[in-house]
Amino acid sequence: MAEFLDYFRMERLPHIWCPGCGHGTVTGALVRAIDKLGLDKNNIVLVSGIGCSSRAVGYLDFDTLHTTHGRALAFATGVKHSRPNLKVIVMMGDGDCAAIGGNHFIHAARRNIDITTIIMNNSIYGMTSGQYSPTTPQGMLGTTAPYGNVEHEFDLCELAKAAGASYVARATSYHVTLLQEVIEKALVNKGFSVVETLTQCPTYFGRKNKIGGPVELLNWIKDRTVNVKAAAVMTPDKLKGKILIGELHKVERSEYTADYNEMAAKVQRTFATYEGGNRGCASNSD
Amino acid sequence: MAENVRLMQGNEACTMGAIAAGLDFYAGYPITPSTEIAEICAEELPKVGGRFIQMEDEIGSIAACIGASLTGRKVMTATSGPGFSLMQESIGYASLCEIPIVIIDVQRMGPSTGMPTSPAQGDFMQARWGTHGDHPVIVLAPGNVKECFELSFKAFVLSEKYRVPVIVLADEVISHMREKVVLPDPRSYRIPHRAEPDSPAGYKPYAADQDGGVPLMAPFGKGYRWHCTGLFHDETGAPSGKASVADALVRRLDRKITKNAEELTDYFAEDMEDAEVVVLSFGASAMAALSAVRRARKAGLKAGMLRLKTLWPFPDAAVRKLTAGAGTIIVPEMNLGQLALEVERTAHKDAKVIKLGKVNGELFHPDEVFTALKEAF
Repeated sequence: MAEFLDYFRMERLPHIWCPGCGHGTVTGALVRAIDKLGLDKNNIVLVSGIGCSSRAVGYLDFDTLHTTHGRALAFATGVKHSRPNLKVIVMMGDGDCAAIGGNHFIHAARRNIDITTIIMNNSIYGMTSGQYSPTTPQGMLGTTAPYGNVEHEFDLCELAKAAGASYVARATSYHVTLLQEVIEKALVNKGFSVVETLTQCPTYFGRKNKIGGPVELLNWIKDRTVNVKAAAVMTPDKLKGKILIGELHKVERSEYTADYNEMAAKVQRTFATYEGGNRGCASNSD
Repeated sequence: MAENVRLMQGNEACTMGAIAAGLDFYAGYPITPSTEIAEICAEELPKVGGRFIQMEDEIGSIAACIGASLTGRKVMTATSGPGFSLMQESIGYASLCEIPIVIIDVQRMGPSTGMPTSPAQGDFMQARWGTHGDHPVIVLAPGNVKECFELSFKAFVLSEKYRVPVIVLADEVISHMREKVVLPDPRSYRIPHRAEPDSPAGYKPYAADQDGGVPLMAPFGKGYRWHCTGLFHDETGAPSGKASVADALVRRLDRKITKNAEELTDYFAEDMEDAEVVVLSFGASAMAALSAVRRARKAGLKAGMLRLKTLWPFPDAAVRKLTAGAGTIIVPEMNLGQLALEVERTAHKDAKVIKLGKVNGELFHPDEVFTALKEAF
């Protein structure tokens, strides 16, 4: 326990999250995964957007970047592209990632840039007090869905996979061991890695939908999910309406900054005598 | 060594000025009339160990630049009106978080898609006030191709020194025009870089005196482990909701630029000493204006030319002093009178300010300014 506190900025605690919020569970799993892999604290840059989830980075003792709503992956792309040796981790909420940040999400996946992305999906805009998000299940309530959400929800793992991510997994704040395990694998993968975590928001999602408190919500999440390994032997009937958790996708695919380095090295060999700064025209007057 | 004389396009000169100043990261999204800047960066940066990336939109472009700047890179993006509007939120972020970044805005006709891609100067106010909240920015306006090189270089010097976004406000004419340029000897370049701390021990990322000091900036990945947030923050970087912290922060950021306004002032002046009618302009409009002023002088009229190279902070003191003896100030600009508003605010109370706005997508003809000059006498 005490060794994990070393990863926190203790002076920034207590956190702002509501009692029973699932985001702390995800933050804890990330820290334990980093510790288990023995990653260098000084070599990690943690980036977030805006929303409840984004506050996680402020409590953690790394170089941390709390950016604008939806843009965490674009800022992180700048960090990673500049210094490919850094381990770049992004923490986002569901609205942050899939609504306002959806474009950056699919393009980061397309590039397969080596960023580990952890989505804290509580199916609601918590910070603005309970509006429906792109991952609110159809029919459920939000303050902007007072008669039930009429929209279809995103499957973020399918989206990431289709867009080109090389590692995709889903876990929940109930399945904490699995969560840490897939975060570790995501951190090790050289490419764009996505871990979607279903988390509970008792304050807005649970209360509005009359599911109950944190415990009831965790059970609700547990009952909706099934491990991908167990699903392999289940009938379609039994799988209906279930969300798969576990490692969902893993593929070998070249990584963006490595490909850029290779291109740049080739260019530099071609222009070995280049002096820089003036398109090679320092000593002629054409 | 032979003189380095080149026939250059404005956008090319902007890019070369930036590379001379140490540019080593560019993120952008294609938009006319700025695209040559991205194309040249894509070609040149890999040769010098720099990084180029074409992002998915302008919002992502400026965000990637800010992320790169935090790792110690010298960064730039270029765009035009529609993309510049998309970048505004992050310009605010860079202003508050004090991230050095250079943005080239090659102005085109607007609002909206407008008349692509005819010249305009309608971003004069957007460049200053486009993002929400009181915030520091510096805006420079080149008036010819050589100045594209010089002011782009200078934008990095100022951005690194003051840790602010610096906007180079060019326009379609200046940026696509080709002129002879004599480039300085590359060995004479003094590459600017933000002041960095010596050691992580006791580092406070936003410690600065309240009289507009500039804090030391640690690069990410070097053991400082600091927190950068767009929330108001105290000197340790911790988010704060305290009124006293907010007030001190916003005032320090403002003071950082306003107290140096005179040092930041840059302009071109001709025949101003005894000028009774002054033509005050910037960018491409000033080219036609200068031609008209010279013709007026030949005709015996006491006309003078003042072309601003620093648009923001607005050079109040210089404009006030230089126009003190003028009865009339004519302000030609390719918009409906944005610069003229600042001139009205600044000039002496008896001065007559004539707004010569042009919004048809065409550059001023010297005759138009000359006619206005004759009428003013």
